[in-house]
Amino acid sequence: MSETITGSEAIVRGLIHEGVDRVFGYPGGAIIPLYDTLYDYTDQITHVLTRHEQGAIHAAQGYARASHRTGVVIVTSGPGATNIITGLSDAMIDSTPLVIIIGQVVSGLLGSDAFQETDVVGITQPISKWNLQIRRSEDIPAAIARAFYIANTGRPGPVVLDIAKDAQMGTLKWDRYHRCNFIRSYIPYPEVSDTELHIAASLINSSDRPMIISGQGVMIAGAEKELAMLAEKADIPVASTLMGLSTMPSDHPLYKGMVGMHGNIGPNYNTNRADLIIAVGMRFDDRVTGELSKYAPQAKILHIDIDKSEFDKNVKSYARVHGDAREVLHRLYGLVREAKHTDWLRSFDIINDVERRRVIDPELNGTDPDARCHMGEVARKVSIAAGIDPILVTDVGLNQMLSSRYFRYTAPRSIITTGGLGTMGFGLPAAIGAKMGAPNRTVCVFVGDGGIQMTMQELGTIMQYGVNVKIIVLNNDFLGNVRQWQLLFYDKRFSQTPMVNPDFVMIARAYGIEAEDVERRADLDGAIERMMATDGPYMLNVMVSDQDMVFPMTPGGCAVDHIMITPNEVYTPDMNEP
Amino acid sequence: MEDKTLYTISIFTENHVGLLNQLSIIFTRRCLNIESCSASRCSLDGVHKITLTCYSDRRSLEKAIDQIEKRIDVIKAYLYTDDEVVYQEVALYKVSTTKLLEENNLEEIMRRHSARILDITANYTILEKTGHSDETEALFLELKRYDLSQFVRSGRVAITKSPVELVDAYLKEQEERRHRLTHDMI
Ligand SMILES: Cc1cc2nc3c(=O)[nH]c(=O)nc-3n(C[C@H](O)[C@H](O)[C@H](O)COP(=O)(O)OP(=O)(O)OC[C@H]3O[C@@H](n4cnc5c(N)ncnc54)[C@H](O)[C@@H]3O)c2cc1C
Ligand SMILES: Cc1ncc(C[n+]2csc(CCOP(=O)(O)OP(=O)(O)O)c2C)c(N)n1
Repeated sequence: MSETITGSEAIVRGLIHEGVDRVFGYPGGAIIPLYDTLYDYTDQITHVLTRHEQGAIHAAQGYARASHRTGVVIVTSGPGATNIITGLSDAMIDSTPLVIIIGQVVSGLLGSDAFQETDVVGITQPISKWNLQIRRSEDIPAAIARAFYIANTGRPGPVVLDIAKDAQMGTLKWDRYHRCNFIRSYIPYPEVSDTELHIAASLINSSDRPMIISGQGVMIAGAEKELAMLAEKADIPVASTLMGLSTMPSDHPLYKGMVGMHGNIGPNYNTNRADLIIAVGMRFDDRVTGELSKYAPQAKILHIDIDKSEFDKNVKSYARVHGDAREVLHRLYGLVREAKHTDWLRSFDIINDVERRRVIDPELNGTDPDARCHMGEVARKVSIAAGIDPILVTDVGLNQMLSSRYFRYTAPRSIITTGGLGTMGFGLPAAIGAKMGAPNRTVCVFVGDGGIQMTMQELGTIMQYGVNVKIIVLNNDFLGNVRQWQLLFYDKRFSQTPMVNPDFVMIARAYGIEAEDVERRADLDGAIERMMATDGPYMLNVMVSDQDMVFPMTPGGCAVDHIMITPNEVYTPDMNEP
Repeated sequence: MEDKTLYTISIFTENHVGLLNQLSIIFTRRCLNIESCSASRCSLDGVHKITLTCYSDRRSLEKAIDQIEKRIDVIKAYLYTDDEVVYQEVALYKVSTTKLLEENNLEEIMRRHSARILDITANYTILEKTGHSDETEALFLELKRYDLSQFVRSGRVAITKSPVELVDAYLKEQEERRHRLTHDMI
């Protein structure tokens, strides 16, 4: 009972069978056949036309991370393909499930430097989880099935399908769609070893100063509940990485803050006091460990990860459990004993209290009504005004560090940021996708005056689709994060970091997006209120001081417990209050 | 400097276009230099075997192996020291026939090196030698006297001494898993 259909029809049917109802993309010559087919399916697949392919892929990333689903991107060959490379690399390092469909010149012209031909498979190999060039129509259904299976199982990642134009136009026999659930060379979910679990449990049971570091793997596994249960039973303090923020609510009594370069003092300082570090779904990035040779000298490392290549990659582990975080945490729960670590837990609070007095309070509690706001203060106020379980999307730089530090996280999957690559320009398009992936949650994107100008054209996408995102530009007329390094480590030589900016409010309005400037503290509350009361996109251009910096800070190459709290003070325990 | 040893890396893969590129970029990124490479089908149906050699320390190569196995189309990868495998390379030499005949000890050289003649014409002779690289190298040095005009050496091929065939076992397990999966679906 098979019928004859075109390759592009097979692509669209495959997408529908995979549950796709939204794609992000941009048309062009080599992908016209697919766009032609999509024209017949507008009732089943909504295509979001961004203003640049980079916007499409970042939007798909935001969509995937907000919704847990696979983001789909469709672009043309040549320049369309090369415009997605930054997002591809970003999705790869941040383990984001994407299927990217790229048109390619007709197969007969491959390798001849044909018009808009680029070696997509060659270029994308190191930055995709899997890629494939398809030259024949009949290979399309199986390739689509594999792509979705690979992208969103195990450690997720982006998959690239490079589909020759003649394969889209040619025909094949279609009977029914076979989803892929097996590839013999690929084991997405390893069987968890009892031995590893028992060793892990006995390490936890015998530890006096254990500390959990929760990473994005917990979010990917959907293991937030299991994490809290384990921590509560064994009374273990939990810290998170930047990518792991919101795996535990900010106000959970066991949650002690973020680790890493701009993390909280408590968990960073105590990393080097702990006797056991339980790393769950995190990969010991150098922004987390600081100088490796001085990292966690007293601790045994228990590493829980689904990707075995992460074990011992950066930090040598004492024990490991290879498997999905949700399953592992769930099974560990049954094996660990109830415990109390009262003094150890208190030590975090005592240290964090220094940060509260010296760093957080000044950041949040500015009083001069005519002064410019601090970035952290804006983030905190926005997060509180944003209703139930808002999502924070960030760009890169000070805006990222301060918004992620001061936003309050109440539900899982509440942060979408570019961690491993730190891609300026990520924020605005990612927010578009995030809102589409989680339409019932308020999406707030924080972005610097530098970063927004890297993908500002996506205001057009927001306009066209009426995407209800709240855009907060933290405007210091500087490439602020670089400026901070120049100030601290390059003798205040502000080489190429001051910026002359356009009127962002006028630009937003030109796109039909309501916007206002916030020049002084006194105007902030009202502006946030108006933004949240508006049923539609809104931009606040908040002028912040160019002197603002992010602290605490562990400078590169220093031990994690070498923590600057101001440009000229390093945390020491005698700052603790009894 | 860390101790550097010549390791043999056996990689079993699906036979897909572009695989070699996927593997070589893993080495390039880690500044590991591939000494030799050979690729062919193997005893398992549809499975391709790539054998590489590389001078490095064990830890660096173990990390590379983890990255290699992470590639979707790679079935398994293993790291071996020389004592764990039986290995060979083949070398070909092209020398001047006149020169060889002049010296008249061709047969003795061939015997000593266990080499053989593949082709002989009035102006050149092609010799073949199979062995370890120090052995093919020794013959190379010896033949230099005879107007050696070409010399090539293949990549290493290796077979493990271990009594268990790890890839077979893995594929069998996977076949069972596939079976369970299709069963569960019905
Ligand atoms: C300006 C800037 C400053 C930064 N400062 C900091 C900082 O102060 N602190 C900080 O933490 N980061 C910081 N980062 C981010 C940092 O670079 C890394 O991106 C981040 O630390 C990575 O966090 P992660 O290891 O939790 O997540 P990922 O890099 O996403 O790694 C996830 C891990 O989870 C594993 N995993 C995936 N799925 C599962 C599963 N189902 N079960 C189990 N495991 C799974 C993966 O294999 C992987 O090992 C900064 C970035 C920028 C741009
Ligand atoms: C695409 C890209 N180019 C350059 C950088 C390096 N970089 C990191 S932070 C930063 C400054 C960002 O300035 P801005 O967007 O104004 O944000 P701020 O730090 O002031 O909040 C730069 C240039 C980067 N991360 N990404």
